[in-house]
Amino acid sequence: MNSVGTNIQRQEAWDKVTGRAKYTDDDQITGTLHAKILTSPHAHAEIRSVDIRAASKVPGVKAILTGKDCAILCGDVIEDRPPLAAGKVRYFGEPVALVVAVSEREAMEAANRIAVKYKPLPVVASPSEAILGDAPLVHENLKKYKKAVQDVYPEPDTNIADRIKIRKGDMAKGWQESDVTVEASFQLPKSDHIAMETRAARAEIHPDGQVIITASSQAPFSVKKLLSKSFQLEEGKVTVKTPLVGGGFGGKVPVILEALAYLASKAVDGQAVRIANTREEDMVSAPGRLGLEAKIKLGATKDGYLKAAEMTYLVDTGAYTDIGPRLAKAIAVDCTGPYRIENVWCDAVCVYTNHPYATSFRGFGHTSYTFCVERALDQLAAALGTDPLELRMKNAIIPGDTTPTQVKVTSSSTGNLTACFERLGALIGWKEGARIDLGNGIVRAKGVSGFWKTSNSPTDAISGVLLTFNSDGSINLNSGVVECGPGMKTTLAQILAEKMKMDVSRIHVKLEVDTQVCPEHWKTVASLTTFMAGRAPLKAAEDLIEQVKSIAAVALKCPTEDLEVAEEKVFLKQDPTTYLEFKDLVHGYQYPGGESVGGQIMGRGSHIMSQLTTLDHETGRGKSGPAWAVGAQAVEVEFDTKDFSYRLVRAATVMDAGKVLNPKTSRGLITGGMSMGLGLGSREAFVYDGSGRVENTSLRTYKVLHIGEEPQYLVDFMETPQVDAPYGARGIAEDGIIGIPAALANALSTAARTELNQLPVTPESIWNAKTGGKL
Amino acid sequence: MFQVIGKSVISLEVNEEKRDVTIEPSDTLLHTLREQLGLTGAKPGCENGDCGACTVLVDGWPIKSCLMLTAEAVGHRITTVEGLKNAPIQAAFVENWGFQCGYCTSGFLMVCHALSQIHPDAEEIVMEEWLQANICRCTSYEEIRNAVNVILHCSDSP
Repeated sequence: MNSVGTNIQRQEAWDKVTGRAKYTDDDQITGTLHAKILTSPHAHAEIRSVDIRAASKVPGVKAILTGKDCAILCGDVIEDRPPLAAGKVRYFGEPVALVVAVSEREAMEAANRIAVKYKPLPVVASPSEAILGDAPLVHENLKKYKKAVQDVYPEPDTNIADRIKIRKGDMAKGWQESDVTVEASFQLPKSDHIAMETRAARAEIHPDGQVIITASSQAPFSVKKLLSKSFQLEEGKVTVKTPLVGGGFGGKVPVILEALAYLASKAVDGQAVRIANTREEDMVSAPGRLGLEAKIKLGATKDGYLKAAEMTYLVDTGAYTDIGPRLAKAIAVDCTGPYRIENVWCDAVCVYTNHPYATSFRGFGHTSYTFCVERALDQLAAALGTDPLELRMKNAIIPGDTTPTQVKVTSSSTGNLTACFERLGALIGWKEGARIDLGNGIVRAKGVSGFWKTSNSPTDAISGVLLTFNSDGSINLNSGVVECGPGMKTTLAQILAEKMKMDVSRIHVKLEVDTQVCPEHWKTVASLTTFMAGRAPLKAAEDLIEQVKSIAAVALKCPTEDLEVAEEKVFLKQDPTTYLEFKDLVHGYQYPGGESVGGQIMGRGSHIMSQLTTLDHETGRGKSGPAWAVGAQAVEVEFDTKDFSYRLVRAATVMDAGKVLNPKTSRGLITGGMSMGLGLGSREAFVYDGSGRVENTSLRTYKVLHIGEEPQYLVDFMETPQVDAPYGARGIAEDGIIGIPAALANALSTAARTELNQLPVTPESIWNAKTGGKL
Repeated sequence: MFQVIGKSVISLEVNEEKRDVTIEPSDTLLHTLREQLGLTGAKPGCENGDCGACTVLVDGWPIKSCLMLTAEAVGHRITTVEGLKNAPIQAAFVENWGFQCGYCTSGFLMVCHALSQIHPDAEEIVMEEWLQANICRCTSYEEIRNAVNVILHCSDSP
């Protein structure tokens, strides 16, 4: 009876095709008040005055809060962000005031009547401007801010929130051994997650001080801890509930609306208050994807062996850090891409600007640096006169090599990248040529990219599972993992069913997270759920099996070591016809005379990350995550040399998944990531006016990929087991996105015969690159 | 001509049932369905007609319920995802992994179902035109394409 490796349908599938699936804002509870934010119309301005008199008179208004009413600072890494702006606003869309009213309509009307007087300030419009000596400061008080973690190093009186340094090998030696060097600069814009469900939260405070939050969150346990810390609440009195989440992609990790909902409820004597973002608020008021500027210099021997890499990455974290320093760290940790380079110098700098702030986004920084490295590799291949795929295979990381943070890799920790490149070449038909002229000014071109990704969790992140038996022998699985799309709870059920050797349909998964009853799962992020949360049910199953055997040993009058468990039975190994069914054991065993022993059997399993370290501040040495997922990707385009338009033809990913737990789900996660990557590569970017205001704040002006625009998808998996992961499975949920913008830009650079080092690549940007913008 | 002035009670035909609702003239059908009838399958993904998550059928045609006033729906037959009773597209979405987070799913189901009723033999280009009204951010559309192809071009489709 195998569950692992088979196409198990997600547990909540039928709820999702009947409208029965409930998300945070689907519970329409009578009597709930509504909150609405007023946001900043400026990217950087001093708040001279806030007049709420007219707004207070709007019928239905219950309370109005401004920055003065909540003088605290929040942040996961650096505590720099007020829930409502106080003194000044630092980005277009920053919440300035919060109105609570009987209806949403009244709340909106009142918000519109709040009169705020601003004095515009000079705007810091890019990370490279931000680090100039005379740049205006986004945070004048940076040196006074509290650090929420030890390992972050803000540079006072600058816009630099953190700097992560990688110093590996000997740069002078690396350059000396290099016959060929290339240098290039890259620019990647900020963009947005566009989860289809906008962020929403509800809060109420009971008279005894219990705080109940319901939130569309990937990190309900962070909500609990951060609210407890920010508002001095007893942690046990804060309960956070998360039903199904309508897409996260990293955007629902930060704690934003939860704090506003709490403040709103507090202002109305603890009554229930809901707050839900409009799409426009969700795009710019809430945090989005990082921007990046980078300079890359690579050196290689004339045979094409990489010898040196010097890289400067400026991470545009926007107006607040949120998780920005960790994004910079993630970039530093894997800065070279999955290649063997002995001599590496890298500075990853987290920089404040007056852009909407950044948070985690699928790929956690990897998509951004991968674009720069992989574009540089293509330029190096051209300089060497070698084949781009061959260059990558020659330098692909293999067991025994070390990473930029000097971790020696093994087959278990990094799989088989070379095999991925080989398979990719066959899949995309690399040998037929990277650029084929189809006539009529149309060319067909291919580009490739490698990728790798490890995680950047705290070194002590935890995840647990509780199992209870029903009297019919089926099992309830309770974990703190959020179901935001990737089907993680179904994966946990598969892992448990496999271990218990029982049918997966007999595992009942609690989909909603309730922090009061669910064991903690750090955060549903970092493609770590299979690894972290997946190890917990294995331990919990062992706990169950041991208990089942010890009761059965009494009942069957045999030693426990003679017993085996499968198909909801416990039986004698030497005589499987002697058995007891789970249903006769798991709520206690009853002797024929009625006497009973045992009781309900419950299993527990808990996992804590091990062997991880923080990075050495001077060299970056250290271990950030347990393993790497690796893979190779390609994009094929049809390019019109007359007007620079192009069509996506095929896109391919070959990834070492360790073990494919669920083939259809795995393919869907990879192609979903690829689709998002093609969006980033071809169109997605915030556009600003001259004053730093985002101009494309709706899905009409900020376009994502629609059906009919997608290429044909080719996906294949290698299976080199990650020995310490459940059934050898690596995390894969983010990875489909990572190399796609790079592969697309490589294909288009080949097609257009020009270096395209900015994203997104549009016909206009190609025209600009080719002509310098001259008509 | 039908008029709504101030707060009014009106009757709608939703999922083959007559339902009385209290509305303001400016209420959208999406809000009435969600807040008064508890039919939360239609989702407020953008409330600007760009994402299609709020799609319902009005007299069998897909309509973005965020762009229709409730008052305009009087006298018309409204079908929401909750009113699909074992429509083939539902099983097709389940069997083809046509969704991940599920938030856009109701809207896609309604467009696909209407397409299969109105153009049961729709060519690919027509199918794409119809489905371009909606956005899915989790899948690559490959799965949705597979699901809708199951219900198109089959002569015994209802």
